[in-house]
Parts: sequence; C-alpha cells; structure tokens
Amino acid sequence: MPTPYDALIIGGGHNGLVAAAYLARAGKKVLVLERRPVLGGAAVTEELYPGFKYTVFSYVVSLLRPEIIRDLELARHGLTILPLPSTFTPLPNGDYLAAWDDHDATRREIHRHSPHDAEAYDDYGRQMFRMAMAVKPILSMVPPDPTSLSPNDLFGLLKLGGHAAGLTQADFYNLAKLMTMSAADLLDEWFECAPLKGTKSASGIIGTFLGPRSPGTAYVLLHHYMGEIDGAFRAWGFAKGGTGGISQAIASAARALGVEIRTEAPVAQVIVKNGRAAGVALANGDEIYARYVLSSLDPQRTFLKLVDPAQLPGDFVDAIRRFKIRGSSGKVNLALDALPNFTAQPLPASGDSPLHRGAVSISPSVDYIERAYDQAKYGHFARRPYIDCIFPSVIDPAMAPPGKHVMSCFVQYAPYELEGGWNDAQREAFGDAVVDTLAEYAPNLKQIILHRQVLTPVDIEQTTGLTQGNIFQGDLALHQLFFLRPVAQWAQYRTPLANFWQCGSGTHPGGGIMGASGRLAALELLKAWR
Amino acid sequence: MLRGTPFHTRTAPLNQTQSWRRWAGCLAAGSYELSPEREYWAVRNSAALFDISPLYKYLITGPDAARLLNRVVTRDVGRCAVGQVLYTPWCDAAGKVLDDGTLARLDEQTYRLTAADPNLRWLSQNAAGLQVTITDISASTAALALQGPFSREILAQIAPPEVRQLKYFRLIQTTVGGVPAAVSRTGYTGDLGYEIWTEAGHAERLWDALLAAGRPYGLAPAGILALDIARVEAGLLLLEVDYQSARHALIEAQKSSPYELGLGWAVALDKGGFVGRAALQAEQARGPAWQFVGLAVEWDNLERLYAAEGLPPQLPAVTQRTSVPVAALGQQVGYATSLVWSPLLKQFIALAHLESARAQPDSLVMLEVTVQHHRRYTPARVVKLPFFDPERKRQ
Ligand SMILES: Cc1cc2nc3c(=O)[nH]c(=O)nc-3n(C[C@H](O)[C@H](O)[C@H](O)COP(=O)(O)OP(=O)(O)OC[C@H]3O[C@@H](n4cnc5c(N)ncnc54)[C@H](O)[C@@H]3O)c2cc1C
Repeated sequence: MPTPYDALIIGGGHNGLVAAAYLARAGKKVLVLERRPVLGGAAVTEELYPGFKYTVFSYVVSLLRPEIIRDLELARHGLTILPLPSTFTPLPNGDYLAAWDDHDATRREIHRHSPHDAEAYDDYGRQMFRMAMAVKPILSMVPPDPTSLSPNDLFGLLKLGGHAAGLTQADFYNLAKLMTMSAADLLDEWFECAPLKGTKSASGIIGTFLGPRSPGTAYVLLHHYMGEIDGAFRAWGFAKGGTGGISQAIASAARALGVEIRTEAPVAQVIVKNGRAAGVALANGDEIYARYVLSSLDPQRTFLKLVDPAQLPGDFVDAIRRFKIRGSSGKVNLALDALPNFTAQPLPASGDSPLHRGAVSISPSVDYIERAYDQAKYGHFARRPYIDCIFPSVIDPAMAPPGKHVMSCFVQYAPYELEGGWNDAQREAFGDAVVDTLAEYAPNLKQIILHRQVLTPVDIEQTTGLTQGNIFQGDLALHQLFFLRPVAQWAQYRTPLANFWQCGSGTHPGGGIMGASGRLAALELLKAWR
Repeated sequence: MLRGTPFHTRTAPLNQTQSWRRWAGCLAAGSYELSPEREYWAVRNSAALFDISPLYKYLITGPDAARLLNRVVTRDVGRCAVGQVLYTPWCDAAGKVLDDGTLARLDEQTYRLTAADPNLRWLSQNAAGLQVTITDISASTAALALQGPFSREILAQIAPPEVRQLKYFRLIQTTVGGVPAAVSRTGYTGDLGYEIWTEAGHAERLWDALLAAGRPYGLAPAGILALDIARVEAGLLLLEVDYQSARHALIEAQKSSPYELGLGWAVALDKGGFVGRAALQAEQARGPAWQFVGLAVEWDNLERLYAAEGLPPQLPAVTQRTSVPVAALGQQVGYATSLVWSPLLKQFIALAHLESARAQPDSLVMLEVTVQHHRRYTPARVVKLPFFDPERKRQ
C-alpha cells in the first residue's frame, strides 16, 4: 500500500526542521509533527508578557553550520545573526574583567589584571584555535565506525586524519590533554587571574552536571570554542528575534521546499509492522504512515517512551537507559523597565552602554563556580550560581517596547533531582537566588523588573520534552560523543529498528543550535534510501 | 579605547589627516600631512621625527640578566659592552623566529630589549631559576626616533657635545632639551639617526625641545607611512609583514628561521646553549631552504608592459604589504612581501623570499604585476640588501 508520506519527523525542534528541509530538498514528501503550538523546541521565542519577547531557553548561537545557512538559503528566510561583541564579568570587589571585540582593547583590559595573562591569553587563543581547526571538521561528518572496514568508513577516518595532519607533535599532546583534563586544570596551566579563569571555565561546564574541576570539562570548552573559529572573536551571536528566529527561518525554508508541518500534534507511539517502523500514532489516536520515521527527541524519550521496548534489543535498551542525560541548568527571563546598572561600570548618561551589547557573566572565579556545583551535587540549587546574561532588546530593539528591555539569564546549577522535589515555592526561591545574585552587581535590578519567568530543569523538561531538562539532549561527555553518541554502534543515525532513524542533538555531533544532527541524519538516510 | 602615546598631546594637533594607524594597540600617525612624501624626503634630506613609543620595551636587570638574554636571543650578549646596542632576532626551540628587536646594555647588569610583540611571558618562562627581574616598561618609556642627515646637528643643539661622538649602535645616558634621556645611534631608516628614550612624564618637554631645535634644519614630524618606505630601502624586516612570528603561525610553512630571513650573521652558534640552537646548527649545516633578498624591478620591461596599455608605470607610493608571487621559468620560486617605489633610487623595489637556488645576487626572476587589471610578469634583479646604505649612517 503506498503511504502518503516518504518520511515523518517527530519533533519540530530546529534539528527536526533541518532534517525535514534536507529530505524535501531531495524530493521527498515530509511531515513534521510537533507537540507544542510553537516550533523550535529549545530554540523558541515567546511573548509571555505583552510587548516583551523572551528567547525562552537557548539565547546565543555560534555553532549553526554555515552550510545549512547556505543550502537552505536561511538569510532569505529571515535569519540574521547579529554580533555579541563582549563578555563582561563584574566582580564582588566592584571591579570587572571584560573581553571586548577588539584584540588591543581586550589585551589592555587583561593586562590591567595580570600582564602575564594578557600574553598568555593570545597564546592560549592560538592553541585553542589550532585544536578547534583539527576537531571542527568532525562536526560536518558522519562519525565513522572505527571497527568496520567498509571503504566508506575508512574514507571518513582518512578525512579526519587529513585535517589533523597539520598538527605538530606538541599539538597532539595538547589534544590528548584537552580530551582528559578538567577545564580548571587546563586553565591553571595558562592563567593566574581568577575572574579570567572563572569566566573561561564556564564554557567547560555549560549543559553538564560537572564542575570546572571535573575531568572531561576541558573538552566541552573546546566544543564551545569551535564556533569562534570562522569569525574569530565575535562568532557568538544573537539571532534577530531570539533563537526562535532561527527556528522560524528554518521552518519557512522547509515549507518553501514543500514540507508539511503540524503543530499541537504529539506523537504517542511509533507504529511497528513486520519488524519495521511504519508510522506513528498521535496522542489523539490518529495514525499516520510513512516509509521512514525519524525522531528528533532525545535518545531516552525516543527509545524508552515512543517505542515498545520489545521491538528493540535488550542490550541496546540497557545502553540507552545508562545514557547520561542529567539536568543541571535553569533559565530566568526578565522583562525590565530600564537597563540594569552595574556598579562596576555605571550606565553613562547617554544610556549607550557597550557592556549591555554583549554577555554579562557572573563567574568571578573557578572556586565560585565549583562551589555552586557542590551545592547542586548534594541536591540543592546554587544560592550564588554561575549566570550568563544577555540583553536581547539592546541588540534587537524589536524584542521589547521602545526604551524597555528583556534580559535572558542562563543559570547553573539547578539539579533536576532537587532535594524534596521541585514545586512552586522552590521555583520562586530559585528565581530569587538568581535575582539576588545579580542585584549584588546591579543594585537597581529588583526595582525595574516588570515580569519574570523562572524555568527549573523540570519546567524545561515539561515544556520542551528534553529529558531531565538536559539542554544538549545528553551530556557532552567524551564517552557519549562522536562514534559513541548516543551509544556505540548506533552513532550513524540509524537505530536497531528498521526504517526508524534519529536526528536530534542526542546524536553526533551533539547539542547546541547547530543543525548538524538533522542535516547529517537526512543526508545519511538519503544515501540509504530504498 | 585605543591609547595615545605619551606624545599624543603633541602629535594629535599636528596630524592634519586625523587618521591614525594601529601600532601595538597605540595610535600612531600614518602621515601628518595629507601625503607622506615630504616626511619621507625629510628622512633622506633633512631630518624626521618619529614617535616610536608603541614598541614593546622590557628592562632586564640582575646578576643573571646576561645569562637570560643569551639563552633567549641568537646573538652573543657576552660581547655586548655597556653602552652598546645589538640588533637581534630570537627563536623558538625549532629555530624559527619569534620576534626581532634591539638589545641595549644600559649598565653592568641592566639591559633594555625592544620588541614588536609582547614578550614578557616568553622572557619570564625562560628565566626560571635565574636571578633576574623583567619589567615591562612599554608604557612608562617614551621614545622618539630622530632620523636623517641633519639629526646629529639637531641633537647637538640641545644635548651635551658628547652626543656628536656617539658611534653607530652605541648608547649614552645624557640629557636632551634638559630632560634625562638615553640616546642610541640606531633607527629603522638606514640613515644617520638616533633614538631617544625617556620617562613618559618627560615626553612633552622632549618633543617640544626637539621640534624647536630642528625647525631651522627642516625637521618634520613623520608618520609610519614614510618610515615604511625608508625601511624597505634599508632592507629592514617588519614582523607580520615580511615574516610571521613562529608564535602566530598556524602552519609550519608560515615560519622562518633567521637564516631564511638573511639574519644568519646574527646567529652566534658558538656562544653556548640558547633556545633553538640545535635546530639552527642543523639548518646551517644543510643550508636554509629560503633566502630573504631585495628585488629591483627592471625598468624597461615594466615600462613596456604599461606602454602597451597606453599608460606610464603605476607604482605603489606607499609600501604595499600584500604578498606577491615571484616566478622563474614558469614556476613559482618565492614571494615578495613589501613592495614600493623608491623615490630616492628611482626604482621599484621589493623585499622577497626566494628559494635558495634562485637567490643568487644579480640573477633575474619574474615578479607578478597587475597592469590595467591584467596579470603580468616582469623581470626583477636579485639585489643584496640593503638597497640604500649611505656612508653617513656609520660615519
Ligand atoms: C535553557 C537552555 C538554554 C540553552 N542555551 C543554548 C544557547 O544559548 N546556545 C545553543 O547553541 N544552545 C543552547 N541550548 C541547547 C539547544 O537549544 C538545544 O541543544 C537544541 O535546541 C536542541 O535542538 P533539537 O532540535 O535537537 O531538539 P529539541 O529542541 O529538543 O526539539 C525537540 C522537539 O520535539 C518536540 N517533542 C517532544 N516530544 C514530542 C512528541 N512526543 N511528539 C511530537 N513532538 C515532540 C519538542 O516540543 C521539541 O520541539 C540551550 C538549551 C536549553 C534548554
């Protein structure tokens, strides 16, 4: 019986939409099924307070693959990524450390704190650049199966080897270190200035349930560095309209290519016929059939909730159960009557403040972040957390009414498994801890808040479906990356269930707004298409 | 947010173009007048005053100061007498050049090193276990270069007579315009000239005194565009233009050894251990792969290429700093990194890297030129550097 669709995609997050667009581009008839009324998953913009638009979950972008922007003509569909020029770290003593978008200005600023670090900073940057150059090609390739001898896989390995060929012996040693060390240890090898190490180490812990002193975090640091490679410093950007703007652009491109998208269409089950995936059953009981079914949900939700375990090999189900997907992050979004005024660099009379165009990072030292982690390790949210803030309305005035502002605060750590469990009171206490922390650096903050949205890991899970609220659909740990993501032998987007594929960030190359999982999955499926 | 130098209050009002270049994170005048021409001619004809404060400067003191420097730089610091200045490169362990600058011995245990790039970390890393203090005096030391045939006369107007006796690559502690200063007979123009070093707080007085004393001699404040022409004529390298620091290089091919940069004379292999020595010894034995040479473009052919388009030759009036291929027998054999029309020599000249086999002086290679939007090759003669070396420089 001919099925109406060539492919069904479960989940209208950015990866599901990218996969859909690539399949449609190859002439396939594709349907995307999204549970929520809005598309984008963890990349959505919502107006929860009239006139103020929150970039609800994710807020900055750097890893979005340029080939996707080109292939899907995303600029034509509205994608505009604006620069995020600086990172400003206010300090408890009233001083600050800033990295601006100018090399000389940054050098001078670091020099003020430590002449040694000002120079080490350049050397460190070059080293990370070289490492990122060697590793970055991996983001655009299907991970080879190292045990197989198929010519295709060998070619993949050669490709990897080819890019690594420019590395010197010293670089290889450094790469080995990066793969094993903690972010704190790595940074200790380079720097002495506490806020510099604190702020740098933060990119090693984002989205992990690890502290900056936990081994393995040095690699995460590199993962975040890869985005900085094309445009050097300012490659972290803010998408016009918030990260929902990215999802909207991809959805528009997908529709233009003929993709059909249904929102408020939660999938309850994957229908299996004759040992093959044949379609899905929606929560309302509707059944839709297709040649192939792709899930963009995280591996645990995909294999433990949507598929009857009896259809999967026991050891595979076991491995998926053991897949580490721990929630550790929260989010606070604020609607503000004015800009927060940081004591360390008060707002000038003109109101035009360079620091607000970039990120503000509450990361005065590695110890500070490690202490925040300690609290989470034992089941509490951090009373003085690491916070990464941006002011979307300063970069894109359309995010708030004229003269008013929105502020996005990404927070670690908030454990999914809170002692006593999350409830409304705990959520508000968590929100208060974040606002109290920020108010220590920007005392006017409390007076200018018009509305606040506090998201705990449980809220993130309930809204987006991300298990435990883990922002990357699974920890970015080395044992869960590359040909091990999500689990060994199933890293090439296929699953043990025939005609059932995975395309979310739980697959290689992992989380963040990259679109790479969706694209690679689609390309791989097209190669295997029968 | 860029910083002015200690002379900024004086140089800013003189800067007619109000255009500034960046030099080591400081504002540096490109040219004070609308065209750098007069400033260039001041270097060769009267005298020019350059603000060279942006240079990185380090004071190295202590009983082991000479040991540290001997470990870092390639020249033999043991041979540097008090009051002497050495030009020297320094290398990484693979013998590839990190930077180059001048090293002045101020007294028994005190040296001042200038550099194009920050080097505090490199010096500190190599100072482990040594009794030595390294101070970054980049911001606290103001420096001017007074260059040109009348520079000695101008200086003698406002400094004790001993400055007249100062020899090439020597330095004295003296006063200039009533301000305590060190004067070295050094420079980046290949002409008679001096560099004057003082504390930042004295900068404005020093500037005023020099300008007043120089006026009758046609002294002109000059910017880095004029300097950039003079230094090509003098065959002097510029970091990140003529070579890349091994520290910045992303691939091996971007690195150069001192031998490949024509600085073999500055490598003292026999002085004992220093960073890069083993690699340099091996390279010296087998001979460097590249040579750094001058190219003087053959005029007649160049003129013909332009004449064929109905044009007179169009040549860069300020130094062109983009790499240009050089070929021989249809194959690329090198590249030119700094190219300029020399107003003095009336020649189109370039600094170039050539494969050693192609680098014999007087041989001909083909330089790529763009003539009326078309790519052409024109013969250029390999010339031993410098292009211009007046006797007054050393006399
Ligand atoms: C708080 C937070 C902050 C972040 N910050 C950043 C950042 O600044 N920069 C960055 O690059 N990355 C960030 N990330 C990570 C990034 O947003 C995600 O890795 C990425 O958006 C995941 O995209 P995806 O398409 O793979 O999955 P998802 O976005 O999770 O998409 C899955 C989709 O499936 C839908 N769905 C779930 N269940 C069903 C069902 N049964 N039926 C149908 N549909 C279903 C969901 O509603 C969702 O739309 C952040 C994430 C979070 C949570």
